[in-house]
Amino acid sequence: MPHDHHDHDHDHDHPHALLPPDPALRVKALETLLSQKGLIDPAALDAIIDTYENKIGPKNGAHVVARAWAEPDFKQALLADATAVVAELGFYGRQGEHIVVVENTPQCHNMVVCTLCSCYPWPLLGIPPAWYKSDAYRARAVREPRKVLAEFGLKLPEETRIRVWDSTAEIRYLVLPMRPAGTEGLDLQALTDLVTRDSMVGTGLPQSPA
Amino acid sequence: MTQSPQNTPPAPVFSQPWHAQVFALTVHLHAQGLFQWPDWAARFGATLARHGLNRSLDGGDDYFAAWLETLEHWLAEAALAQPDQVEALRAAWEAAYLATPHGAPVHLAAADMPTRG
Repeated sequence: MPHDHHDHDHDHDHPHALLPPDPALRVKALETLLSQKGLIDPAALDAIIDTYENKIGPKNGAHVVARAWAEPDFKQALLADATAVVAELGFYGRQGEHIVVVENTPQCHNMVVCTLCSCYPWPLLGIPPAWYKSDAYRARAVREPRKVLAEFGLKLPEETRIRVWDSTAEIRYLVLPMRPAGTEGLDLQALTDLVTRDSMVGTGLPQSPA
Repeated sequence: MTQSPQNTPPAPVFSQPWHAQVFALTVHLHAQGLFQWPDWAARFGATLARHGLNRSLDGGDDYFAAWLETLEHWLAEAALAQPDQVEALRAAWEAAYLATPHGAPVHLAAADMPTRG
């Protein structure tokens, strides 16, 4: 953690433990109180942080996308009932949400936002990046999606329609990007490596094979 | 938002330890069955909307500040953590940090722990 400066009246001739920022102390206070009441288990908190920092991330979603590219039956099942398919792979949401996969085509490009807060398919993509949570993206993705995509460096042909999906606590969307050209014969791992997080939110495209 | 994340190294999942802690605390309370996630999203969305009235939130510290405020209000409403108890513990943690030599683990004094009941 960087050594931020915190305002307090203290004599720096006697260095003490670095004082965390105010919100961090408030979180510690909640943890102490709820733990004392037996409502939470501090070990469970550590396990949740470890899971989201180290085990869940866009590689889960990338695996699903690569399989959809490689296996027509899997893709069909995924588009029909993604919640069931990804649950079978172990990527189920703990918030009871449904996962819906939307497929990009030459005619229609999909992009995902949450205008309410930051609903996001955590089991498939992990914790959303700051830009997904920003007011700017949340407000503008619906109003001027083509301009927002251009700012991400994604310029779509004029004839490609852009469809924006607004996530909720109940329904989270994952974009199935188009399989890049020149990837015939690549194995599942090589395909997975081409799938970026942004391509599954719709603000980017998969990488092209080297 | 205009920066393409494609060309930058992956950012840490949580940019501050307390972001991770307040996130985990909420997810854990939900897993304990203390609230429904759609209710949480509605409350959190309302806090974000209120905070964003006068300025544009960047999705970083301000996002988790709204998250923490939502959690504090809900816990107070649910009578699970009263504001005066939380404030007393926050002050106790602050005092503990200021009283602990740099590098040593920080603990609350037993006298600062809330009493049951």
